[in-house]
Amino acid sequence: MKELKIVVLAKQVPDTRNVGADAMNADGTVNRAALPTVFNPEDLKALEMALALKESVPGSTVTVITMGPPRAAEIIRDARSRGADDGFVLSDMRFAGADTLATSYALACAISSLGHVDAIFCGRQAIDGDTAQVGPQVAEKLSLPQVAYAESIHEVGDSSLTIVRRLERGSEMVRMQLPALITVTSAAKDCRYPNAHRLLRFYDDEVPLRSADTIGADLERLGLKGSPTKVKKIENVVLAHKDAEQVAATPEALTGLAQTLIKEHIL
Amino acid sequence: MSKNNVLIYCELTDNNTVADISLELCTKGRQLATRLQGRLQAAVLGHDAAEAVKSLSPYGVDDIFVADDPRLAPYRTLPHFSVLSKLIGEQQPGIVLFGASSVGRDLAPRISSCLRCGLTADCTALEIGDHTDAKTQKQYKDILLQIRPAFGGNIIATIVTPETLPQMATVREGVMKKEIYDPNYTSTVHNVEVSLNKADDEAVVILSREIEAKRIDIKGAPIIVAGGYGMGSRENFALLHDLAQLIGGSVGATRAAVDAGFCEPERQIGQTGVTVRPKLYIACGISGAVQHRAGMDQSAKIISINTDPDAPINAIADYTIIGDAMTVIPQFMTAYKNNLK
Ligand SMILES: Cc1cc2nc3c(=O)[nH]c(=O)nc-3n(C[C@H](O)[C@H](O)[C@H](O)COP(=O)(O)OP(=O)(O)OC[C@H]3O[C@@H](n4cnc5c(N)ncnc54)[C@H](O)[C@@H]3O)c2cc1C
Ligand SMILES: Cc1cc2nc3c(=O)[nH]c(=O)nc-3n(C[C@H](O)[C@H](O)[C@H](O)COP(=O)(O)OP(=O)(O)OC[C@H]3O[C@@H](n4cnc5c(N)ncnc54)[C@H](O)[C@@H]3O)c2cc1C
Repeated sequence: MKELKIVVLAKQVPDTRNVGADAMNADGTVNRAALPTVFNPEDLKALEMALALKESVPGSTVTVITMGPPRAAEIIRDARSRGADDGFVLSDMRFAGADTLATSYALACAISSLGHVDAIFCGRQAIDGDTAQVGPQVAEKLSLPQVAYAESIHEVGDSSLTIVRRLERGSEMVRMQLPALITVTSAAKDCRYPNAHRLLRFYDDEVPLRSADTIGADLERLGLKGSPTKVKKIENVVLAHKDAEQVAATPEALTGLAQTLIKEHIL
Repeated sequence: MSKNNVLIYCELTDNNTVADISLELCTKGRQLATRLQGRLQAAVLGHDAAEAVKSLSPYGVDDIFVADDPRLAPYRTLPHFSVLSKLIGEQQPGIVLFGASSVGRDLAPRISSCLRCGLTADCTALEIGDHTDAKTQKQYKDILLQIRPAFGGNIIATIVTPETLPQMATVREGVMKKEIYDPNYTSTVHNVEVSLNKADDEAVVILSREIEAKRIDIKGAPIIVAGGYGMGSRENFALLHDLAQLIGGSVGATRAAVDAGFCEPERQIGQTGVTVRPKLYIACGISGAVQHRAGMDQSAKIISINTDPDAPINAIADYTIIGDAMTVIPQFMTAYKNNLK
């Protein structure tokens, strides 16, 4: 197969997996300062799949795109130290407040600005927004076929990929024509570690920041303005202390509990 | 007015029956359509699914749109996308609901992108209500309030899409109840013409498919005895099965317990497992991580058995028993047996 131009979409996310008591503000908003940021876990798996594909088709390149604040450049450096060729951050206040529709529009414009692309890999889902919507929406905007929940690439054919995808209750092997978009699930192979040599090389590297003006986007479709979903209300899932009744771990107290539950028709 | 209509995308199983999640959505959709004085509509895309179509009527579906074509089964993105986006364009329902399943989460975002309308993922509640835009003070009546957890289950957001139609949402299996509306309800069946272009049909070809039969299903259980990592071993988990059998419940688990091999993955409750809302939830050796609570905090009564008085689960429990589950459970079983009439 002739060399492929591969794009990986990656998001820098607050680490919602280890949320401490200070992670939420009193008003129910997220205290982003208290949460470390990480490379969205499934995006790392997407990167690995992209890098493996690049290696199997000599001459291919991997470009990583992220939309976020300037500090999201960290994940571009990280991706490069693991083997990506280049990348950039879409960073512009006009992207702020985007829902998945506006996010996918900005990402699709950025991909289009690169010219012809053969394969786009993204994570199935980001651990903060948790919607798993951006991948399929980018595919639709670029009029590309999509394969969601890829676990592995089984075979690289002539302008096609054979992919094993994970479903809730089983799996499927599909052959898809390129160009196409693939979303990668957590069941896929872990990403290789950064290479020490590349780590040093890209440590201080300037990562390009690109604004909305550089991707040919219709400004009306970006950010809060381009987002049909509006957050009406956010509630912090605080541990609302119910007045729990303490039951001693004794036969007598447990008998009392059993009687209460039977009386209340719960048992 | 078509904008009062609610359309459900109905998923078919490999046996050509309607998936549970879609029946659950029909039940919810019936309530919403009644509230809006609109029609409940269902779209069934597949092949030879006449039985499935018939099974929908008792859920109170007014219109069933049937697209029958061999290229529509099993599900593939582009053929379903092509038929459904056209149907929604013609029918213009005000609300469209999908299961948050591997099919729905693949299809719904592609549809929302094409129609340029909003889509709210993984809703745990859907209600009709009013909304005032905080900035413009513009008022919206009878719109869909889409309630979902986000941020790893740490927050609950109410999301609205006031300016675009249809209002679309996905809902996970087991979150909503499925209930027969009227066994004799009559639906009108409309056949949908299927015209697929060659590129859409050939872009992705299924080479093989392995679907495991679903064995364990704890979703609807009225009582759940759930065990966590604190149960210590698979052998100790047997005690939970004994208790569950005694009081007519099912056994659930945390991800830590599943990962440790104490029980089957189908029993996992929480953000990445099933959501349950039994009348009684007995949490044994469970710390109560937010991802776990996301799947069980709607339980009517919660009992926690834990050695640690400060375990977070205790904060949402109605009864806390501080002690070793391995001694407390047998004592409780004895107490229960002695008090039966
Ligand atoms: C509480 C809350 C609830 C929300 N609910 C909704 C909702 O229901 N519907 C809705 O439309 N929006 C919602 N949003 C907004 C949504 O989180 C953002 O639009 C976000 O930018 C993208 O969605 P996601 O995080 O869910 O990504 P997902 O769709 O889960 O991401 C899938 C993949 O897309 C790629 N990707 C996603 N974002 C980026 C990025 N910025 N840069 C590069 N690649 C990326 C990654 O490969 C990622 O793995 C919500 C936001 C909050 C805070
Ligand atoms: C993205 C993501 C998704 C996740 N999804 C889920 C999910 O869907 N479901 C889920 O459950 N988890 C999920 N988790 C994992 C979750 O964060 C917790 O790690 C998990 O729920 C902890 O399980 P546990 O309570 O069994 O174990 P632990 O936290 O280890 O708690 C064990 C408890 O047992 C008590 N104990 C110990 N010995 C005894 C004894 N002899 N008798 C009584 N009590 C005893 C201890 O005091 C402790 O409270 C997810 C995590 C992530 C990051």
